Amino acid sequence: MGKARKIVLVLTVLMLLAGMVRLSGHSMAAEDKFKVGFIYIGPVGDAGWTLAHDEGRRFMEKQLPWAEGTFIESVAETAEAERMMTQLARQGCKIIFATSFGYMDYVQNVAKNFPNVKFEHCSGFKRAANVSTYFGRMYEPRFLSGMVAGMMTKSNILGYVAAFPIPEVVRGINAFARGVRFVNPSAKVQVVWTNTWYDPATEKEAAKAALDAGADVIAQHQDTPAPMQAAEERGRYGVSYNSPMSHFAPNAVLTGPVWNWGPYYVNRVKAAREGTWKSEDYWGGIVDGVVGLAPYGSMVSDKIKKAVADKQAEIVAAKFHPFAGPIKDNFGKVRVPAGKTMTDAEMLSFDWFVEGVVGTLPK
Amino acid sequence: MADSMFVSILSAAVSSGTPVLYAALGELVCERSGVLNLGVEGMMLVGAVSGFLTAVRTGSLAAGVLAAIIAGGCMGLIHAFMTITLRVNQVVSGLALTLFGTGLSGYLGKSVIGVPLSATFHQVPIPGLSSIPVIGTVLFKHDLLVYLTYIVVPFLWFYLYRTRPGLHLRSVGESPETADALGVNVFSIRYASAVAGGMLAGLGGAYLSLAYAPSWLENMTAGRGWIAVALVIFAVWDPFRAMLGAYLFGGIDALGFRMQVMGSGVSSFFLKMMPYVFTIVVLIIVTATAARRSSRAPEALGTPYERE
Repeated sequence: MGKARKIVLVLTVLMLLAGMVRLSGHSMAAEDKFKVGFIYIGPVGDAGWTLAHDEGRRFMEKQLPWAEGTFIESVAETAEAERMMTQLARQGCKIIFATSFGYMDYVQNVAKNFPNVKFEHCSGFKRAANVSTYFGRMYEPRFLSGMVAGMMTKSNILGYVAAFPIPEVVRGINAFARGVRFVNPSAKVQVVWTNTWYDPATEKEAAKAALDAGADVIAQHQDTPAPMQAAEERGRYGVSYNSPMSHFAPNAVLTGPVWNWGPYYVNRVKAAREGTWKSEDYWGGIVDGVVGLAPYGSMVSDKIKKAVADKQAEIVAAKFHPFAGPIKDNFGKVRVPAGKTMTDAEMLSFDWFVEGVVGTLPK
Repeated sequence: MADSMFVSILSAAVSSGTPVLYAALGELVCERSGVLNLGVEGMMLVGAVSGFLTAVRTGSLAAGVLAAIIAGGCMGLIHAFMTITLRVNQVVSGLALTLFGTGLSGYLGKSVIGVPLSATFHQVPIPGLSSIPVIGTVLFKHDLLVYLTYIVVPFLWFYLYRTRPGLHLRSVGESPETADALGVNVFSIRYASAVAGGMLAGLGGAYLSLAYAPSWLENMTAGRGWIAVALVIFAVWDPFRAMLGAYLFGGIDALGFRMQVMGSGVSSFFLKMMPYVFTIVVLIIVTATAARRSSRAPEALGTPYERE
């Protein structure tokens, strides 16, 4: 066999294999259905961020029998995203959801080429006539989960296994710490950065470091349940994230902030079909149902559940805001004076920790 | 306090270094015979998912480990067939297997995501040895798969440097023509090494899914296969140095997290970079001292062997 033929053979195999990986979740859309595309940053089996989006897709398909979802998983935040979205648009998708921050510029590029296709970019800030952005006020359930953790802790040290030092993650840590300190002013939140979104072994190790330092509740921001499993092994508690994770660590998980994209996807797909879709910037809260708390573990008492439910009702009624002043940073400086509430823009650019957080922000 | 922190870092270094160590030992054997295997990541994943699936279905950890070894071995066999029989470019075949393994493991594992394992590897402190201060906790309070490396590493070293088959294996990696002329079967040795390499990578994957995590998540190796490839260079193709390197790589994470908790100002990004800096430094040293026979890459590494 000639060398050139061999190389062609191997390249063909390589392409086929790559195709298998990329399109493993590709479903054959029926011709007459309204096609909806999704690109995911991780595998559907991540048990976290991507799973939550995929559950949203399935919810949408159930609610709207005339719609057909197609997804491509594990799409890198590179020009590959552009190729995948182009592919979806060519297949006839009328609306495409891009579910990771790093897709932002690629969404803009593809949207220019397909002016009749609607694009929805999760967590970004660049819009266009046919590009909307959407996200959720995750800080609301984060605050509530902090209250649960603050009432459950005995050591008054809470570990927070944090992903990357970006505003979204910092906002989560701060909201959690505000919740903790709201019910337990002497408690501290110890932050450990992993600089990963998805590395179970590393995230577990980070949780262990916090547990070694005396933390008896572990909260997390990554897309895997590994920190919860670390808490379970040590007989401590955990506050999960993204999707309900109690089946991974039934004795540890108290609750956790979760995404619930389904209703939003239903609304937007419906609007796209009926021609009422408009470009907008959506940032939904508990009141919209896009974020919430996972079911409680059996160790959480009714008293705690009642306190959290009351606070949740206040948040929904806009009577309480987790970032209403006075707020001090973790050096004791007043950042938000009494009577003021942080604006969306301020919350979206968080680069400091609130009082009660122990740790540094890598710069 | 500082003392127990020190011990817990070292102990974490051993347990988080173990999966990388298995994979690196596999890569080492494979490369010593002249076959570069860049499919380690995929082989680890296939091993991890096969081990986990089998352990869930049968409830037996031993069966899980065995399945992981066999699955890894099959992946190694594919690599051997592609690179030794078809003489395909080793880099391309390895990369293809990483992609293939990632996709295949994700597909096979769909049904067991979030499924708890009834039996997992537990710590089995070795009586006597585990009560030695510091060393006891660091080395002898782990699970059986960690202890297995204490046997595999010296065995591999002895096999490679002190036995005739080991000499043959190394000679095939250095100069397959000479070995062939002397009556050594280059093809069968390279096949066996590639398969053994796959088996060890599969075992490394099983350590993640059955002992370290223990659970199955897609892509759970998160790049450890690639670290293993770098580690072999770091270890200059020596099993004992691979062990040291694996613990170093494993320990950096554990150290980094504990330094954060202690409030040290060192950036976590900086610490994460260190193993790779070490690897580059070792590469430079290896290249600079290439004249010394003991410390360089196998001569025929990466070149398919074709009988004249």
